[in-house]
Amino acid sequence: MSLLAADLPYWAQSLLRVLGGTVAVLLPAGTIVYLFLFKMMSFMQSRLGPMEAGPYGSLQLFAEVGKWLQKEDIAPENADTRVFRMAPLVVLVSTFLLVAVVPFGPDAYFTDFDAGVFYMLAVSSISTLGILMAGWSSANKYSLLGGLRAAGQLIAYELPMVLSVIGVVIQAGTMNLQSIVIQQNDGEIFGFDGLGNPFLLTQFVGFLVFMISVQAELTQTPFDMPIAESELVSGYMTEYSGFRFLIFFIAEFATAGVFSLIASVLFLGGWGLPFSWFGWESVDGIDNWMNVGGPLILVTKMVVLSGIIMWVRFSFPRMREDQLQRFAWKVLVPISLVNIMITAILKVVF
Amino acid sequence: MPKVPGMIKGLGVTARTMAETIKPKKLGGGAHTVQYPHEKESPPIRARGVIALREDNCTACMLCARSCPDWCIFIEAHKDLAPPRRAGGAPRKVNKLDRFDIDYALCMYCGICVEVCPFDALFWSPEYEYSEPKIADLLHDKTKLGEWMETVPEAPALEAGAEKKKGK
Repeated sequence: MSLLAADLPYWAQSLLRVLGGTVAVLLPAGTIVYLFLFKMMSFMQSRLGPMEAGPYGSLQLFAEVGKWLQKEDIAPENADTRVFRMAPLVVLVSTFLLVAVVPFGPDAYFTDFDAGVFYMLAVSSISTLGILMAGWSSANKYSLLGGLRAAGQLIAYELPMVLSVIGVVIQAGTMNLQSIVIQQNDGEIFGFDGLGNPFLLTQFVGFLVFMISVQAELTQTPFDMPIAESELVSGYMTEYSGFRFLIFFIAEFATAGVFSLIASVLFLGGWGLPFSWFGWESVDGIDNWMNVGGPLILVTKMVVLSGIIMWVRFSFPRMREDQLQRFAWKVLVPISLVNIMITAILKVVF
Repeated sequence: MPKVPGMIKGLGVTARTMAETIKPKKLGGGAHTVQYPHEKESPPIRARGVIALREDNCTACMLCARSCPDWCIFIEAHKDLAPPRRAGGAPRKVNKLDRFDIDYALCMYCGICVEVCPFDALFWSPEYEYSEPKIADLLHDKTKLGEWMETVPEAPALEAGAEKKKGK
């Protein structure tokens, strides 16, 4: 964005950022819902999925959104109406705040600041607040249980997520997501620079822990106790209908997209390809087309990662609530702590 | 061979199913489902779609109507005279059907009427396309039930050594 921002008035910059942010949130959400939720899930169940709206059901999304928008906006009589109405927006806002730090190209980013990783991890927990608000204000036992479960789960899995990212931060020596991307593409493995140095290789354990925690943060299936429909109807979303439910739904998949973006930035080299392929020596030497190509590369990586998230979601049954907590505290947290220690030692050695 | 963990095996199952579904029909792939209004589903030959009536076999004995748990069969008949079987004999007295209706809005497809019919007048047909916009229109009369006889599949061949059924 700063590419254009240089000679534009402030209002035009702001407008561009709002538009860009909306696209960056809604496009991954739409892609994931159509490509994976509608089509891949159907294929995995040996059926075709939506086929009527548009060629191969490609316009089904618009049909669904139109349907949800037509529905009545109902709040339960005993609900805390103001909080109840606000909750889905709080969840969606955290997604928008997350996308703000994701770098899409050498000059294509919304903000570029040094505490990017810290900000990302802090902001991603805002959605917990929204979910807790939704669960508490619905005046419904299922919502309350779902909200509490969600809060417990999100807090439990926030920890391994933070710890697994620390490995990357130690290795990169910076919290700036943009420099993390550049380091990965500019780097070399023992003098061989044909692959760059994606942290996927050196931080593979961290990557696994991160992806598992993301799966839990998104409440996707092996970890979807907060909305376990066989016990809790729909958890914290039970009382929502119409466009407020739609916002929850969009937030769920937009967050899946944004977390995949962040995972590809942290572990897969983000918007870049190894710079040695093009003979770029430093950041300033990067060709300008990367500002257009970069987002495409990043989105490709995002689609692959969110495809894996959805694949796991469609394949596994739900874990039990106590298994979920035990898995976070007794398996993931120790693993990521050991990972940090080893990374720190190796960082000093090399 | 080392044992593959179940988690990974599970991922393999879903991936394989997806590949099978995406594979073109010509190569033996495709979904197990049918895009119904565009292509007709072919149910199993003995599927319980609808109950058909062979009117000539019915003697209005009322067994079906009385055994129906939902009371969805309506039968009315009158006595009639049929020509004698042999020349010079007295005319036979038969029950002639005036009305044989099945209310498919009530029917629960239990098949007791088909089982209980002593004269092989009722049959299962795999036909399934008979929905109506109005619920009252689901009451079908003997003409309609007779039309469905055409869709009734041939009775399966008897097992070797089975006693051949007489009559029919």
